[in-house]
Amino acid sequence: MEIFKLAAFAFIALFAAMAANFAHDLAYAVHGIIIMLVAAYMFWRTLTRLGEPKPLPETGYKDDVIRAGVIATAFWGVVGFLVGTYIAFQLAFPALNFDLPFTTFGRLRPLHTSAVIFAFGGNALICTSFYIVQRTSAARLWGGNLSWFVFWGYQLFIVLAATGYLLGATQSKEYAEPEWYVDIWLTLVWLAYLAVFMGTIIKRKEPHIYVANWFLLSFIVTVAMLHVVNNLSLPVSIFGSKSVQLFAGVQDALTQWWYGHNAVGFFLTAGFLGMMYYFVPKQAERPVYSYKLSIIHFWALIFLYIWAGPHHLHYTALPDWAQTLGMVFSIMLWMPSWGGMINGLMTLSGAWDKLRTDPILRMMVISLAFYGMSTFEGPMMSIKVVNSLSHYTDWTIGHVHSGALGWNGMITFGALYFLVPRLWNRERLYSLSMVNWHFWLATIGIVFYASSMWVTGIMEGLMWRAVDDQGFLINSFVDTVEAKFPMYVVRGLGGVLYLTGAIIMVINLWLTARGVHEQKPTALRAVPAE
Amino acid sequence: MEHYSFLRGFADSWGLLAMMLFFIGAIVLLFRPGAKEMHDNAASIPLRDDTPDRFTNVQETPARKKNGLELEDAK
Repeated sequence: MEIFKLAAFAFIALFAAMAANFAHDLAYAVHGIIIMLVAAYMFWRTLTRLGEPKPLPETGYKDDVIRAGVIATAFWGVVGFLVGTYIAFQLAFPALNFDLPFTTFGRLRPLHTSAVIFAFGGNALICTSFYIVQRTSAARLWGGNLSWFVFWGYQLFIVLAATGYLLGATQSKEYAEPEWYVDIWLTLVWLAYLAVFMGTIIKRKEPHIYVANWFLLSFIVTVAMLHVVNNLSLPVSIFGSKSVQLFAGVQDALTQWWYGHNAVGFFLTAGFLGMMYYFVPKQAERPVYSYKLSIIHFWALIFLYIWAGPHHLHYTALPDWAQTLGMVFSIMLWMPSWGGMINGLMTLSGAWDKLRTDPILRMMVISLAFYGMSTFEGPMMSIKVVNSLSHYTDWTIGHVHSGALGWNGMITFGALYFLVPRLWNRERLYSLSMVNWHFWLATIGIVFYASSMWVTGIMEGLMWRAVDDQGFLINSFVDTVEAKFPMYVVRGLGGVLYLTGAIIMVINLWLTARGVHEQKPTALRAVPAE
Repeated sequence: MEHYSFLRGFADSWGLLAMMLFFIGAIVLLFRPGAKEMHDNAASIPLRDDTPDRFTNVQETPARKKNGLELEDAK
């Protein structure tokens, strides 16, 4: 077995070196070198461990890979927020593009979106799902070191995607920018992820599959399907990063937004709802408000979300009936979304006083509030008449960020604060007042972001459609750009606040994991006799 | 175009019916008598999983017995 491994790593390293040599473009050459180095390292690692006795099978929960996932989540989170804040200021001050191809907004923007959605959000989902599925199944993670392959394979995907964007390799599909070979690699990693998750559920000791696992499983399965169908493409050469999509025209556009909206629906919603259905009851120390409602929430959400994608293509070449279908399903989605929000919030009924003393629970509750807000705003914006004003404006960007920063970010922060003391065997967090600081910085940051984007979005929408009494357009495009400047600065400041909060979190989690607050010997307090 | 018309017609009729029935069936199943005990049991799963010796600490519940899942550790 080890011999086959060695041969495979040697072959991959050799082929990658060859590919780097014959590469048609810079991104492909750099990726060839990265893959060559990784394969060579794996070859060396396997070789030096030949003949070592096999370690005894471990028992108990497999938590080492989750610890690594928590570190990766915090790291990529800060990177993603930093790049986001930077490109926010690029829009206000274009000089920050530095006239270099690698640092232009066009290349840094997919770096930002992928870093926050797939690197920060993806690592958060992978590590929390591994935590949740073990605890709620009373079983050790299935597949031995396969979960380590999922972790490191996913990090390699992130590195390949990020370097690819900077060097100009993109297939120009939003949230699906990585080129063909990176897509193939992600497919392999994702199937391994599915195997680990399913395997653990299959060998569970609990008779019931807890509802959080339903959401997480639907997220894993659906993302696999979306990813494969949206990335059907033909490479121009095996030694180049460029590929051509199999779909063309409006079919390609619809496939892209079927993917794109369900990335929101299943990656950023179903997956994070799985986190919510575990961590909110955990932190509140009471069962979810209504288990029946959680199951209705599940079925209604997955039956409706999958049809909502066409609302991204209002007033385009897409047939009118398909646009209306997308709009109607988006509006219907409001119901299960709010059902889920109410279910999460009402879990605290009878324990609302905990909000006064527990900033982690407060973080989870505000994330549910943002979930409710953005799932009301989204259906509203999908209505065609509203969309004719809001589409292509900054309103959309504001909507996305109140969902991503508010819902996904806050629930992830809450989960990290929950996990770190438990995973590193500490009694409590290093500092609760730092959590409080994080909470307020992040919340005020989002308020800055969302409100400035409402103002600038509606303003530019109105400016674009304004006509004089002769029917001529009043404003040129650059007029709107000029008018938006103050709001862009406010948005950037909101990003600075959010980033600062995240850095405070990282320091807090680091000190917690190190156990700085627990190493102090308990000082004997001499109490005077009188 | 034939493929399109066929798939479009199928989606509007039998496909739609099948999905509606599945969805309604899932909801009806949820409210069947006797489900409450199972749901209460399932809802409490996250609240009893924190002990490090969890593997030997799964609670003996009626639902577990009904499903024939006896604890290996208890034997």
